[in-house]
Amino acid sequence: MGFFLEVLAGGLLAGVMYSLVAIGFVLIYKASGVFNFAQGAMVLFAALTFVSLLERGVPFWLSFVITLLAMVALALLIERAVLRPLVNRPPITLFMATLGLSYVIEGAAQALWGAQVHGLDLGIKDEPFEFAGLLLSQFDLFAAATAAVLVTTLSLLFSKTRIGLSLRAVADDPLAALAIGIRLQRIWAVVWAVAGFVGLVAGLLWGARLGVQFSLSLIVLKALPVLIIGGFTSIGGAIVGGLIIGASEKLAEVYIGPLIGGGIENWFPYVLALLFLLVRPAGLFGERAIERV
Amino acid sequence: MPGTPILQLERIEVIYDQVILAVRGISLAVPQGGIVALLGANGAGKSTTLKAISSLVRAERGEVVQGRILFDGTDITHANPAKLAESGLVQVLEGRHCFGHLSVEENLKTGGFVRRPSRADLSASLEKIYHYFPRLKTRRHSLAGYTSGGEQQMVAIGRALMAKPRLILLDEPSMGLAPQIVEEIFEIVRDLNQREGVSFLLAEQNATVALRHASYGYVIENGVVATEGTASELAGSDALQASYLGGKTVASLVAA
Ligand SMILES: Nc1ncnc2c1ncn2[C@@H]1O[C@H](COP(=O)(O)OP(=O)(O)OP(=O)(O)O)[C@@H](O)[C@H]1O
Ligand SMILES: [Mg+2]
Repeated sequence: MGFFLEVLAGGLLAGVMYSLVAIGFVLIYKASGVFNFAQGAMVLFAALTFVSLLERGVPFWLSFVITLLAMVALALLIERAVLRPLVNRPPITLFMATLGLSYVIEGAAQALWGAQVHGLDLGIKDEPFEFAGLLLSQFDLFAAATAAVLVTTLSLLFSKTRIGLSLRAVADDPLAALAIGIRLQRIWAVVWAVAGFVGLVAGLLWGARLGVQFSLSLIVLKALPVLIIGGFTSIGGAIVGGLIIGASEKLAEVYIGPLIGGGIENWFPYVLALLFLLVRPAGLFGERAIERV
Repeated sequence: MPGTPILQLERIEVIYDQVILAVRGISLAVPQGGIVALLGANGAGKSTTLKAISSLVRAERGEVVQGRILFDGTDITHANPAKLAESGLVQVLEGRHCFGHLSVEENLKTGGFVRRPSRADLSASLEKIYHYFPRLKTRRHSLAGYTSGGEQQMVAIGRALMAKPRLILLDEPSMGLAPQIVEEIFEIVRDLNQREGVSFLLAEQNATVALRHASYGYVIENGVVATEGTASELAGSDALQASYLGGKTVASLVAA
């Protein structure tokens, strides 16, 4: 039983890391209906910029601030150069644009900072320690706490601030938002900047775990099952989806893995997502249209 | 009509998708402080005309290709919708378009943001809206998507009012509502017109109700103005009955 709980807790915590990536998608999808394939590239760009600054002797917090500014600049640029010209186009066109965008961002990151792998040390030891009788990873706990702070901040932003309310208004009905004078372009720029910030946080944590390298942008593929399970429009869903994926893939690895020769972690989330797709196509927390005339 | 009208359309033409000519040379005027009705059957071009004025046609791949639109004498033909809302011209869309996942109060608040009001100003405006729509105050914390059709129409109008507009373009407020609720909403419109001095351009299929509250009306047919006149002239006119009500008289509609 103790072992089971330990696997479960480890899985849940690892799942938070997936949620962090998924939240970036949810933000952009909610506000503009675009599945932003470039989110992974943004994570990479942020992590690479941060670590390169650090390696050039820039202090930790200054590197963080500079990277954040770079992400905001990137968001403004994307809104100007990609979203604005493509306004009113079908979602598939926008998706293709973000696909192209992801290559541009990756290319820019490479041209700017080179292609070698960097280690990233956030100063948190990735060693197990005992908590309530369970052996847990200190790093995972740190990641979970970071995610908790991030989600709380975002939900305050969306419920208490004018920009947050406007953002939810645009997500609900862009035409009505336009009719009352909300500037869609400004909202998009803000959303992409916030998604860039979330990408930075995810990039630092994933970079510290895996090393900062180009495969980092492939974590988009890990976020996809999370989004299918949690729904594309809910931050809470992204969290729960991440937890479900994290826990079930670890449990499957430990309990089913030996029976069929291991390696389950790589494909299990997709099978799970497929099952969810059959039962709840909108995801657990996806916003179904409110049915009411 | 004495003085400069608050709104003037000079032979405007509107094209969707660069091929569909939906409005073919409409001219009309709304006097300061007036309520003007825009009547016509399905697909006549009422909504397109309103969206041309508010510049929202551009969000639907439409464009004003001919003519001019003047708001308070200023050319606004190609103005940005946010600028228009800021300067006091707001549209209430056909079908209400509330933000379904926002509460009633949040919906109202979003309408005021365009003025960049202080916190105190925003809550004062809110109280004023609740004064005109007491029903909304009791539902203030409900999600707008779960309120009744009539309440949603009130939210949509209240939200537009939060911008402190001088002219509201109101598209089919009666759509899908019980006669009693329609009456309630039109009473409030008249109240707002008289007490706050808000002018209205009102698109309606329901000519009977619209002409009872408007002072002047235009009947649109296939994207052109077929008839115009004062409300009482139109209510009794054969042209209106023939072209738009398919032969039925207004009186028979009232009876129905
Ligand atoms: N977004 C659009 N793209 C292409 N054509 C459109 C669009 N919106 C409206 N139309 C066309 O323009 C014409 C006028 O439509 P409009 O919606 O203005 O009519 P309406 O008078 O408001 O009708 P209703 O009473 O049904 O609301 C119609 O033929 C319609 O098919
Ligand atoms: Mg219409």
